Amino acid sequence: MNYIALKMLYGDRTKYLMLLCGLSFSVMLTVQQGSIFWGLMRWSHAGITNVNAPVWVTDPNINQVEEVKPLADTAVTRVRSVAGVDWAVPLYKGVLRARLADGNYQQISLVGLDAATLLGRPAIVREGRIENLRAPDAVALDQWAVDRLGGPQKIQLGTVFEINDHKAIVAAIVHTQKSFQNIPFVYTTYERALTYSPRERRKLSYIVAKPVAGVTPEQLARRIAAETGLGAFTAEEFGWKTIVWMLKNTGIGVNFGTTILLGFIVGMAIAGLTFYLFTVENLKQFGALKAMGTGTGMLARMILLQSFTVGLTGYGIGVGLATLFGWMTARGGTLPFVETWPLLALVFVALLGICALASMISIRKLAKLEPAIVFRG
Amino acid sequence: MATVETTQANGDTPAAVRVRGVYKGFGEGQTRIPVLKGVDLDVALGEILLLAGPSGSGKTTLLSVIAGILDSDGGALNVLGSSIPELSPDAKTRFRKQNLGFIFQQYNLLPPLTAAENAAVPLIIRGLPRSQAIARATEVLHQVGLGDRIDFLPAKLSGGQQQRVAIARALVGEPRLILCDEPTANLDGESGRKAMELLRRIGNRPDRAMIVVTHDSRIFEFADRIAHMEDGRIEHVKQNHGRDHS
Repeated sequence: MNYIALKMLYGDRTKYLMLLCGLSFSVMLTVQQGSIFWGLMRWSHAGITNVNAPVWVTDPNINQVEEVKPLADTAVTRVRSVAGVDWAVPLYKGVLRARLADGNYQQISLVGLDAATLLGRPAIVREGRIENLRAPDAVALDQWAVDRLGGPQKIQLGTVFEINDHKAIVAAIVHTQKSFQNIPFVYTTYERALTYSPRERRKLSYIVAKPVAGVTPEQLARRIAAETGLGAFTAEEFGWKTIVWMLKNTGIGVNFGTTILLGFIVGMAIAGLTFYLFTVENLKQFGALKAMGTGTGMLARMILLQSFTVGLTGYGIGVGLATLFGWMTARGGTLPFVETWPLLALVFVALLGICALASMISIRKLAKLEPAIVFRG
Repeated sequence: MATVETTQANGDTPAAVRVRGVYKGFGEGQTRIPVLKGVDLDVALGEILLLAGPSGSGKTTLLSVIAGILDSDGGALNVLGSSIPELSPDAKTRFRKQNLGFIFQQYNLLPPLTAAENAAVPLIIRGLPRSQAIARATEVLHQVGLGDRIDFLPAKLSGGQQQRVAIARALVGEPRLILCDEPTANLDGESGRKAMELLRRIGNRPDRAMIVVTHDSRIFEFADRIAHMEDGRIEHVKQNHGRDHS
């Protein structure tokens, strides 16, 4: 009977294609928008992921990574005194203006690393050596900064420009994740970052730390918070804190959520309705099968098989198209597109739910179907 | 055609269908319309009985009640030794699957299935593996003269050919009772005649009964008996002495 069910499904080619288009489009839109949304959320805490540190120590009232609330310089030694700290170093983070030789200005996100250890340095160095940051006026630009400041033709190792009227020499080009604000990252030493930054009473943006072996980042963060009264989070916690703040304060969640939900509902409604019509138009055939001795249970299994077959095919096509879109448009990280398995699983489960619902409506119709319908010419 | 009055099946042959005082109506309360008003009818094994009568006389309803796809409101109905009103819905479904063959006015072939696949449907419903079912259906299609059309879709077949596929489908499961609803209504005179000849030739067996609902007087000659229905009752049943029962 499975064979007959599938033949019936594929036999009505127009409706089958309509069903497939509706489901594929809906899945594609949902996955694509969901992946862009999640990509943006990942960008929102790029300031954390681009600094490879397991624990972040902050002002206790911090909301998100870009909202810097400077600490007292003594905070570093207080953190270092907490049991379980392997290392703790100061980190500067601030948005400044870079000025090029041609007079153009560009906003940059300046990150100041501890000069002795360079802890928190980016993982990928494309050109030069990160250790060269210790040289006078040395800075490292990320790939976005290179593009923004004039491109690889203008910005090379040794290129000189200004940050807040101070000289800066490109000593390395590194690879980072783009930020939500789309402001490129420039790395230098902590002390030099303080000279670039405007005059302020407090300049210590963050302290980044690492636990000793046997202590988890979570345990260390709890200890630091308890013993110093400062804010202390694992990188993951701080990332989520930033994401939640973005969702609450930017409206991006509602925006994307509406698009995703509407795409899903419209697509699924089309698919559900088409599937129901498919069943209704085949009532005579189902009636004949029922008259010939096919039980309602068997007909229900046939409907479920048809529904889930078209559902899974639509899911595959939709995910494939969304992935292709992501691959084509988001290569190199220029667009936010992060396709995660929880999103795919969520869409899959929702799709199964819709298939089941559409099936139930059709099965209900078939359960009530009198096979005597086939005797009415 | 020579016919004489007779009310019962031949007493020497076992009854395939025994209908006694069957009632059936549609609707509720004051809008209720009685369709069968105490029908009595016997059909013997080996017999082809034509059920004739004007539209609305209850022929198709009686056929549906005999098939167990409509429940009667009262009376006794025994088909192939089973009391149909006493069977549960599932048991009725199983009974139809094992014992009945159907030929519908609109053929009701499944459009995406080939002739062989359509003819194999009753065997597939019974759970026979598809390859075996199609092999058996192909044999029957050869018997009905469609051996060269086994892979054709219904849309590529003429009305007469589609009806022959429907006949093959009705016969493939070796049912003991075949129920036909206006099998020639959508066919021209010649095709209808050929379909009935075929049904009589390869479908009629001593251990099988056939009930054919029809308006078509041109096929009366293929019946052993003709029951005439009028206003929900069997008015009379005539033996067709023009048939050779040898």
